[in-house]
Amino acid sequence: MADLDVPQSNAFQVSMPDHVVPESKTRDLDKLLLRPGNLVGPDFYPGPDLRDDIRDYVRILVVGAGGLGCELLKDLALSGFSKLDVIDMDRIEVTNLNRQFLFRLEDVGKPKAEVAAKRVMERVSGVEIVPHFSRIEDKEIEFYNDFNIIALGLDSIEARRYINTIACSFLEYEEDDTPRRETIKPMVDGGTEGFKGHARVIMPGVTPCFDCTIWLFPPQVKFPLCTLAETPRNAAHCIEYAHLIKWPEVQKGRSFDPDEPEHMKWVYDEASKRAELFGIPGVTYSLTQGVVKNIIPAIASTNAIISAACALETLKIVSGCSKTLTNYLAYNGGEGLHTEVTDFERNTDCLVCGPGILIELDTSITLQKFINMLEEYPKLLLSKASVRHGKHSLYMQAPPVLEEMDRPNLSKPLYDLMGRVQKDTLNVFGTMLKNDEKQATSTKVRVVFKGADGVADMDTAIGA
Amino acid sequence: MIGLFKVKEKQREQAQNANRGGASVKKQSAGELRLHKDISELNLPSSCSISFPNGKDDLMNFEVSIKPDDGYYHNGTFVFTFQVSPVYPHEAPKVKCKTKVYHPNIDLEGNVCLNILREDWKPVLNINTVIYGLFHLFTEPNSEDPLNHDAAAVLRDNPKLFETNVRRAMTGGYVGQTFFPRCI
Repeated sequence: MADLDVPQSNAFQVSMPDHVVPESKTRDLDKLLLRPGNLVGPDFYPGPDLRDDIRDYVRILVVGAGGLGCELLKDLALSGFSKLDVIDMDRIEVTNLNRQFLFRLEDVGKPKAEVAAKRVMERVSGVEIVPHFSRIEDKEIEFYNDFNIIALGLDSIEARRYINTIACSFLEYEEDDTPRRETIKPMVDGGTEGFKGHARVIMPGVTPCFDCTIWLFPPQVKFPLCTLAETPRNAAHCIEYAHLIKWPEVQKGRSFDPDEPEHMKWVYDEASKRAELFGIPGVTYSLTQGVVKNIIPAIASTNAIISAACALETLKIVSGCSKTLTNYLAYNGGEGLHTEVTDFERNTDCLVCGPGILIELDTSITLQKFINMLEEYPKLLLSKASVRHGKHSLYMQAPPVLEEMDRPNLSKPLYDLMGRVQKDTLNVFGTMLKNDEKQATSTKVRVVFKGADGVADMDTAIGA
Repeated sequence: MIGLFKVKEKQREQAQNANRGGASVKKQSAGELRLHKDISELNLPSSCSISFPNGKDDLMNFEVSIKPDDGYYHNGTFVFTFQVSPVYPHEAPKVKCKTKVYHPNIDLEGNVCLNILREDWKPVLNINTVIYGLFHLFTEPNSEDPLNHDAAAVLRDNPKLFETNVRRAMTGGYVGQTFFPRCI
């Protein structure tokens, strides 16, 4: 019998001939990366270098260390990626333990990112995971630029929109409005809700970004305040009454914290009293939590499925071993198993990822002159323009109180107002004449300054 | 894309690329952009005015003051606070009434019962429509969607008494057990 150097988990293989090579840790990955195929992507160069480069050079950021985040870390670590970062601002709670399998009862209260990183590193040798116990907003924008791909395991529209804005902000365009390949920051976004889930690939400038498809989301359920106040008809109305009306009335000044069991219990008690008053059944503590926190019960299998899709897409984008998902996968396991892939189109006018209009300017041009220019500029013909640069409004035509505050800016050079950078983006709003009709419009403008200090920027194809 | 990533990683390890231009500016959210557009298009009647307590760079929090020129509430001044979320226009702005008012659709905590602020909000609506909606509440208060059911009942059963109560509340005085500070 051969004396093989195999790990204990292969104990079922009792005997093997001498000449067979012991099972490699990358056995399955090798099948994808080491040999050519018929369904591969356009830039695929199989070989051990590809596998080793993925391990040595690629950095992935996993946003969220919850249901999807734990699965993603495991899947990515086992898919040959060894430089991962994970960011999550939450601590572990008991209710997480049914699916966030990296956590145990004794971990309750500890930061999710740190425990998740530790556990995966214990089980997969060679992988390095850096945890970040912080909010995504607290990181510098350049932090996100260090990663090659960002994998999202988030639970809110707001957070996704934020990361999307940052990733798309790295995108630069050539003079002919095509995206510059090396500035594309791919994102793989997954989401789950009970038995349903989605996985999508976002390549800024190529596929629709999160904002391009924001219309996919249905409006949120909001009850009329008067129904809550006067004519409740179901348990949710009673709960929202206690949460939105009774709490501010009685607990003056104290803000409601859904994670504080005392607060939740108070809302539950008030909701029960109201339900009794109106003869409405069904108010339970768990329903209270569900309505107040907008909770939909989560199950491990959906998370595992969506995370697997996301990890696979990440591997495909990096290696080219197969064509990537184009570009949105919807999954529904409620009754049977259904998946559907939709190829959504970009919104070329998207304020977040669109190219906007390119304008070359002299550094001496004043804001007033720029605004006048917009009226004549061929692709724009924008009259009464208001101008905004990042978080600062440079000039607003209305309302009068703001116009007055901004008026001094009109005589200053635009170059100075924009912080003396060689190129940057502005957002302009005004009325445009479209098909003989005046339409209010909002556009992105890429400004490039000629004759700026330290020019001759070889980076851009735009000549002075 | 591994080729690109390899090159990028090597570059990153060597030196930081200084002054890439523009990367230092904090990016605004798409919600802020849409809000900026709404505000630059505001078309307010002379009875409404807007102010920005946090300065012109924080457009997400502002106040609108309404002075109805007609109806039960004419000549009173009512101030509303607007709080716009980063996911605007996906979510309606949060509006509360800062002025204590005797009104069937506004309760004593300042909550406002206006359909377009909750169940009828659509992203195609904007700040202008919300302000018009609020204005409408004063020119045509209605007793059918009450947040203050005492006021609603009085409006419905005894409009003359309602008018008196509103006047007393606006000039500063008691209606029932509640004191209303002067707002006229």
